[in-house]
Amino acid sequence: MPEWLLISLLILAKLGLIFFVLLTLAAYLVLAERKILGRMQLRPGPNRVGPFGTMQPLADVIKLLTKEDFIPDQADKWLFMLAPGLAAVTALLTFAVVPFGPPLTLFGHEVPLVVCDLNIGVLFFLGLSSLAVYGMTLGGWASNSKYALLGAIRGLSQLISYELSMGLALVPVVMLARSFSLTDIVMAQADVPFALVNPLAFLIFLISIVAESKRIPFDLPEAENELVAGFHTEYSGMRFGLFFVGEYINLIILGSMLTIFFLGGWMGPFLPGVVWFSIKVLLVCFFFIWVRGTLPRLRYDQLMHFGWKILLPLSLLNVILTGAFLLWRQG
Amino acid sequence: MSIWRDIKGTIEPFWVTLRNMFRPVVTIEYPEVRAEISPRYRGRLILTRDPDGQERCVACYLCSAACPVDCISMQATEGENGRRYAAWFRINFSRCIFCGLCTEACPTLAIQVTGDFELANRNPLETVWEKEELLVDHCGQEPGYNFYHHAGIGVAAARGCNPGEDKPVNVKDLLP
Ligand code: SF4
Ligand code: SF4
Repeated sequence: MPEWLLISLLILAKLGLIFFVLLTLAAYLVLAERKILGRMQLRPGPNRVGPFGTMQPLADVIKLLTKEDFIPDQADKWLFMLAPGLAAVTALLTFAVVPFGPPLTLFGHEVPLVVCDLNIGVLFFLGLSSLAVYGMTLGGWASNSKYALLGAIRGLSQLISYELSMGLALVPVVMLARSFSLTDIVMAQADVPFALVNPLAFLIFLISIVAESKRIPFDLPEAENELVAGFHTEYSGMRFGLFFVGEYINLIILGSMLTIFFLGGWMGPFLPGVVWFSIKVLLVCFFFIWVRGTLPRLRYDQLMHFGWKILLPLSLLNVILTGAFLLWRQG
Repeated sequence: MSIWRDIKGTIEPFWVTLRNMFRPVVTIEYPEVRAEISPRYRGRLILTRDPDGQERCVACYLCSAACPVDCISMQATEGENGRRYAAWFRINFSRCIFCGLCTEACPTLAIQVTGDFELANRNPLETVWEKEELLVDHCGQEPGYNFYHHAGIGVAAARGCNPGEDKPVNVKDLLP
């Protein structure tokens, strides 16, 4: 078999596997969230479809696919139709740079367990996470509804206020790992995960990704008791489903990012790397659900204040402190 | 200090929700498990009979008047012996809010609540219950009460024609 064929087959296999795992995981994350939230509120959660409700995602997909795909009369049709795809695709694309295990040796080839090990992986992630908000904003704007528009505007301004501190929280990570590549960042945490080296950056990044995922307590773009359903008020059927799935894929992505940047990626004793990676990601996802079950929604201005007056100065300070520490260690 | 209080107030709820996760579920999974209904539960209405097996309802329209959603309707009529009863009596259970005001208005304790709440139906017309369906052959929650023993049956003869009765006064005569 020629070399290039083997390599492209391997890449295709990886792509297919990631697609399958990611979409299944996202579907079951919805179920897990509903179950866990239910238990936190002393109710059983969905338990009618299949044993213990395990077929619920399937039922949901069938329901979403068979619902009417409604487009408002005054909506901007093309943008309205494209926006949900944008939300889901940007979420999926980010996974291209996520290394989910140590390099594997197959057929005498070294196969890195990442679709594409970009040397600017961090920037790729930051870029795509800013792009992801376009799906939401365009969708909200195109539906020509006041609630959707308000949700979209909120999403945009929220993006600006947490994205800065999110980027700045990653600067110490890059300084410590001396690389923008996600694989190298994980490699740099072979001994101690960065969460222990730089807990402040970890905390800031954690809060920022909760804001990035647009979930409670930062779910202002879709605050259902103020804005009906925010930016996806006018969406129905599978287009709404794309937004919905996009949110959960995004959750997995952000969980992987937190794992890679601060929790040591696939590093861990005894178990194989992929298992460690999945355990960590699932734990982070559980944390997200836990937060949703616990905290109330912040007010819009509270988020702004928090982002600009607390998180941003703290992360700037953290960058300076980390730099000083590194210089001092070099002597 | 307020910042300390804020931090504590943010952390503590996490413990509460985590603890709740391992508590038993309080939901009663209805079709399989049934809740125990209190004896004073206000559910579907019935028309009861007095201890002699006669209909209690005297078609006085008081329940119908008391009903806040106007879901009781009937037609009054009179028997040979002057005893009033409802020619037809109809309750629209798709409108009833199970407030129990009708039972409080009823002077004869005819209309009463039961613990039955399973009135859901695919055909809305079947939630309208007629007298035959409402009527039961027991006294419900008020055994032994017989309205006519207290009030007597209305008399068949005209007013003032019964033994020991004066003629009705002509009020126009009393005018100066
Ligand atoms: S229970 Fe209330 S709503 Fe129902 S019939 Fe009686 S008065 Fe009307
Ligand atoms: S209030 Fe009682 S007696 Fe009067 S009409 Fe209603 S059920 Fe019959």
